[in-house]
Amino acid sequence: MSIQITRRNLIRGAAILLGTTALPSFALAAAGGRLVIASDSEPRNLNPAMVASNGVFFIASKIVEPLAELGYDGMKPLLATSWHGSDDGKTLTFKLREGVTWHDGQPFTAADVAFSAMEVWKPLQNLGRAIFVNLEAVETPDDHTAIFRFSQPTPVQLIQNALPVVTSVLPKHLYEGSDIKENPLNLAPVGTGPFKFAEHRPGQYYRLTKNDAYWNAGEPNIDELIYRVLPDRAAAANSLEAGEIGLAAFSMVPLVELDRIGQIDGLEVITKGYEALTYQLIVEINHRREHMANLKVRQAIAHAIDKQFVIDAIFLGYAAAATGPVPANAPEFYTPKVTQYDFDLDKANALLDEAGYPKDASGVRFSLDLLPAPYFSETKQFGDYLRQALIKIGIEARIVANDSAGHQKAVYTDHDFDLAIAPTVFRGDPAISTTVLVRSGLPAGVSFSNQGGYANPQADALIDKAAVTLDTDKRTALYKEFQQLVAADLPLINVADWSFTSVAATSLGNVANNPRWPVSNWSDLTVER
Amino acid sequence: MKRAWRLLLRRSLTSIPVLMLVITGTFLLLENASGDAADAYLVAIGGGDAGYVADLRAEYGLDRSVWVRLWFYISNLAQLDLGQSVALNRPILDVILERLPVTLWLMGSAVALSFVFGSLLGVLAGARPGSATDRTLSIGSLALYSVPSFWLGLVLSVVFAVQLRWFPVSGIETIASGKTGLARAGDIALHLVLPVASLAMLYLALFLRLMRAGMAEVWRQDFVLAARARGIKHHKIILQHIARNALLPLITMLGLQAAGMLGGSVVIEGVFGIPGFGRLAAEAVSGRDAPLLMGVILTSSILVILVNLAVDMVYALLDPRVGASDPA
Repeated sequence: MSIQITRRNLIRGAAILLGTTALPSFALAAAGGRLVIASDSEPRNLNPAMVASNGVFFIASKIVEPLAELGYDGMKPLLATSWHGSDDGKTLTFKLREGVTWHDGQPFTAADVAFSAMEVWKPLQNLGRAIFVNLEAVETPDDHTAIFRFSQPTPVQLIQNALPVVTSVLPKHLYEGSDIKENPLNLAPVGTGPFKFAEHRPGQYYRLTKNDAYWNAGEPNIDELIYRVLPDRAAAANSLEAGEIGLAAFSMVPLVELDRIGQIDGLEVITKGYEALTYQLIVEINHRREHMANLKVRQAIAHAIDKQFVIDAIFLGYAAAATGPVPANAPEFYTPKVTQYDFDLDKANALLDEAGYPKDASGVRFSLDLLPAPYFSETKQFGDYLRQALIKIGIEARIVANDSAGHQKAVYTDHDFDLAIAPTVFRGDPAISTTVLVRSGLPAGVSFSNQGGYANPQADALIDKAAVTLDTDKRTALYKEFQQLVAADLPLINVADWSFTSVAATSLGNVANNPRWPVSNWSDLTVER
Repeated sequence: MKRAWRLLLRRSLTSIPVLMLVITGTFLLLENASGDAADAYLVAIGGGDAGYVADLRAEYGLDRSVWVRLWFYISNLAQLDLGQSVALNRPILDVILERLPVTLWLMGSAVALSFVFGSLLGVLAGARPGSATDRTLSIGSLALYSVPSFWLGLVLSVVFAVQLRWFPVSGIETIASGKTGLARAGDIALHLVLPVASLAMLYLALFLRLMRAGMAEVWRQDFVLAARARGIKHHKIILQHIARNALLPLITMLGLQAAGMLGGSVVIEGVFGIPGFGRLAAEAVSGRDAPLLMGVILTSSILVILVNLAVDMVYALLDPRVGASDPA
């Protein structure tokens, strides 16, 4: 027997091919009041009151709301309608919104806020533990007033800036008396938000449905949100193009694809909506190493980095040069009046000569270990760039590549690095996650903190003073001084501030209308039907 | 048949120490990787203070020694309890039962398709080694085989899902479609077409080349000459004498493929967003989730052992020499 190519077989084959064209083509998923969103992770704990992180907020902020949300013109009330601090900085009074109900129909009251603050934010939350460390009690004189009492003066400015991130309110009646950490609602949250948690198919999707009893009558406008789990970034771009998903946020579409995707009918690339979620590309320095303890060496490295090249070649323009530890996106605190390090190889070489590290016969002064964080392709690419840049000033860098867990351990616990590259986050106030990059005396194992052994009593004093300065203007001035000190003494080198991009279907309305948009509650988001 | 049963019994007994070795080895390997489950989780959430990190380690049981944890795991396993996943915060058995069928469908259909078409094309190529058909098939299959799987997957996805929109881009079924029974089966089958095609095309080359090489080998043997001398028809020689003798190495390869089956789909599962076993293993490693990884590897080992047993049985049926001299 042999397979014969006959006319009949050919015709049959052609018929089968034709038949497949009759298969349904897949229409735009955004239609019918449903929005499908690409999601690259499935958080192991979806409770935003316990885990204050963007990965959790991306999904959970639509279900569980905080006391306030940031708008382009300042903090906006959400579950709290107003707040004011006392002059001694020891009490902070919140007036709470009336007529709000939980998704199970129970009324939202001050008792829920008191419970969340004392039982969840302060003892259990990754960021709240530090911010609410001096919180002693929350009093509830009536159902819609919550008075926070602090044992030490606490700046209102700090708490206010932290509100959107650290104050997601949980329903007391569903958590009280249970082991909060093990409560099944941590994976199926109940809140007051515009959307209700409906189901999670692990590895496939999360489904959120409209909350018809939302306190802001008339919202939300969309019936259903689906978070489609798509770990592969190329798949996210393809799914957008095929119309299977209507939104990909947090730069899920690779930078190199943006140009092409942006030209497709019905899709647009959006760079707004991330101003308060600025990620900073920094070089972490291990000051325990002899070379690195020398300021001239750190200055030389800063001069060897061509920031404009980094922005153009690595970020394809979707970033800005950084001047110091506070990004220009935070105008309340930012100052450009700091020591600047222009790209100047002669100066860098001269500084290294002065520092007493002459080039040997092969042009090498010394060598070191460079550990780029593997979490983003941009951090890895910058690692490759920095290695090249350092060669030009006679420093030989050996790149040590680890996966995420390995990198965390090597840098933040074992301190086994000379230089490391990290994507740190500016979270609206320098006291939340920026000063920890400089403050000395932190125990080993705390990630995204000063694990480079930098110890400067002057910097520590400045940080501690700002932490208890109640006057907003004076506190802001102290943080400007802090930026100047960091830029001058270089405990770390800030290279670029980058923010993410979204690709959205043009049928979506009210996209990117606040500076924390992907992690806000989307109550006003619309879909053209 | 008795021969086959003896083989089955012996193989089953020898698999127990193999499984123990696999468990201990995996555990120690992951233990020696830098960083633990707490480190992996801290990256995902952007860090926490020292007390938070300590609480997390205590919650995961990472504050206890390696040996205590290993003992704890093995004693639980002895009671058929796979434990709780650290990274996913769910019972491991549930996770595995959810993911395994998906991968089995994916890989099962891919291997079956590639075996059938690969060996058929192999017979076509091996029928006249050196002919134009043979050259075309050989070069074509070599070209296919050298294509990286993720690239093939992406190209198929771009052409058939993005441009032509015949098939969905990703996922295993339409989200919250409410379909049941046959309609749901059809939906899943539609979603599987592209990933199965990408995988099958890669394995197809393997089976094709093996079959062709085997046949070319057998052509040179004396009994083929004898058969031709006896005037047996050409196609009869090919099918009954040559192809049948060339089939044995293919069965071996089928068994080997089964071992690579679960791991080989990591990339394709990623590209097509399929929640399968390969992706689960990758998640377990990056999350430093020892119990989950061991669950995955244990299940894979059992599957591999089962497939190898089946292959041995088929061998015993096809080749009278296998197992014949075994003492009882």
